[in-house]
Amino acid sequence: MFPSYAEISTWLPDLLAGLSISIQVTVLSLLIGIPFGLVLALGVLARNRVVKILSLFLVEIGRGAPALVLLQFIYFGLPTTGLTLASYPAAVIALAWNAGAYTSEIIRASLQSVAHGQREAAVALGLSRLDELRYILLPQGLRVALPALLGFSILIFQGTSLCFTIALPELVSRAYEIGSTTFRYFPALLSAGMLYASISVPAALLVNYVEKRASLYAHR
Amino acid sequence: MIPLLRGLTWTVALTAGAFLIGAVLGIPLLAARKSRLLPLRFLAMVVIQIVRAIPPILWLFIIFFGLGMGLMPISPFNAALTGLGLIAAANMAEIYRGAVASIHHGQFEASAALDLGRWSTLRDIVAPQAFRVALPSAASYLIGLMKETAVASTIGVAELAYQGNQLSQLTYRGLEIFALVGLFYVLLSLPIAWLSRVADSYLQMKVAR
Repeated sequence: MFPSYAEISTWLPDLLAGLSISIQVTVLSLLIGIPFGLVLALGVLARNRVVKILSLFLVEIGRGAPALVLLQFIYFGLPTTGLTLASYPAAVIALAWNAGAYTSEIIRASLQSVAHGQREAAVALGLSRLDELRYILLPQGLRVALPALLGFSILIFQGTSLCFTIALPELVSRAYEIGSTTFRYFPALLSAGMLYASISVPAALLVNYVEKRASLYAHR
Repeated sequence: MIPLLRGLTWTVALTAGAFLIGAVLGIPLLAARKSRLLPLRFLAMVVIQIVRAIPPILWLFIIFFGLGMGLMPISPFNAALTGLGLIAAANMAEIYRGAVASIHHGQFEASAALDLGRWSTLRDIVAPQAFRVALPSAASYLIGLMKETAVASTIGVAELAYQGNQLSQLTYRGLEIFALVGLFYVLLSLPIAWLSRVADSYLQMKVAR
């Protein structure tokens, strides 16, 4: 029932290659998604109605639809308009959209959590709106957002498993393939699970630690 | 349209079933997490961490392909229900834990002063208030779980995402169909969010601050 040592040593290179793709997709989606989230957060807070409605639309769809449906929309849906994407860029775009929508809510809440006096002081000092954002709101707001953003990064890492459905050779696909060729599904999938846990569990402990530190800071 | 509506009922059934399992099993899991026995406390912590560390799709595969092939054959729906129920239990235990932690310390001191036992403190003082505190996070988790049920399509449960997939292969109109499927999920989450807001504003009045 459990993988033998010989099995693990033959499967491991393949599984690790899959894990590496999962991590690449995670990192790329976050690198695109978090700045996109900041733009969406500012868009939702904007005074311009068109910008506001467009941002709200992107946020609500990105958060409201399951990541799996976003993936399939981009990978299977877009080709009907003539735009065909390979599974790798499709995965990054869908997960970055999902990440942008979620992180925009996190960032918006944290920007709004900055004490009102700080904004008034920025206006009193005659800072432009951009400088107010850059020197006053973002440094304080992002500190509040950090634990939530880290926590969400773990969810995106797990979300890369959905790319199985669009034939991206990431960790779950590799494990499934090993299972279907050797008919040793349980041990192969279990090994993949252990690889996920070996990253998610330490990451979750790190998030707990950062959360504790951040809340100490907030109480003062 | 008709297959999508049929898929919708499976999505609702799967969501409700998994949430119910999670909401019930979360309670003993929290009890173990808060137990005075160190091994039990440790075991509960490990179980919660491991369940949350592995992506839902992999849990469904482990149950459906891993256990289902040979060991104990299981239908796709039951496999999805078991897997999502397990994940929901771990997450609900964490939500309950957060709610219990938010109960004002004076409430525990008052129960001690009134000489209430450990059990009756939990049942009569902590649980009724914790339930109210947990409600908004439980509702947003319910919405998250509803979207998570889309992964059941990968093991062949004929829910919304599965029907959308089939339909798009049949008609070659993926763009409209997946947009419609996404819209259905958004629409499903609206009544949950609304109910939670109504219930929350009503119940918040009954929590000691």
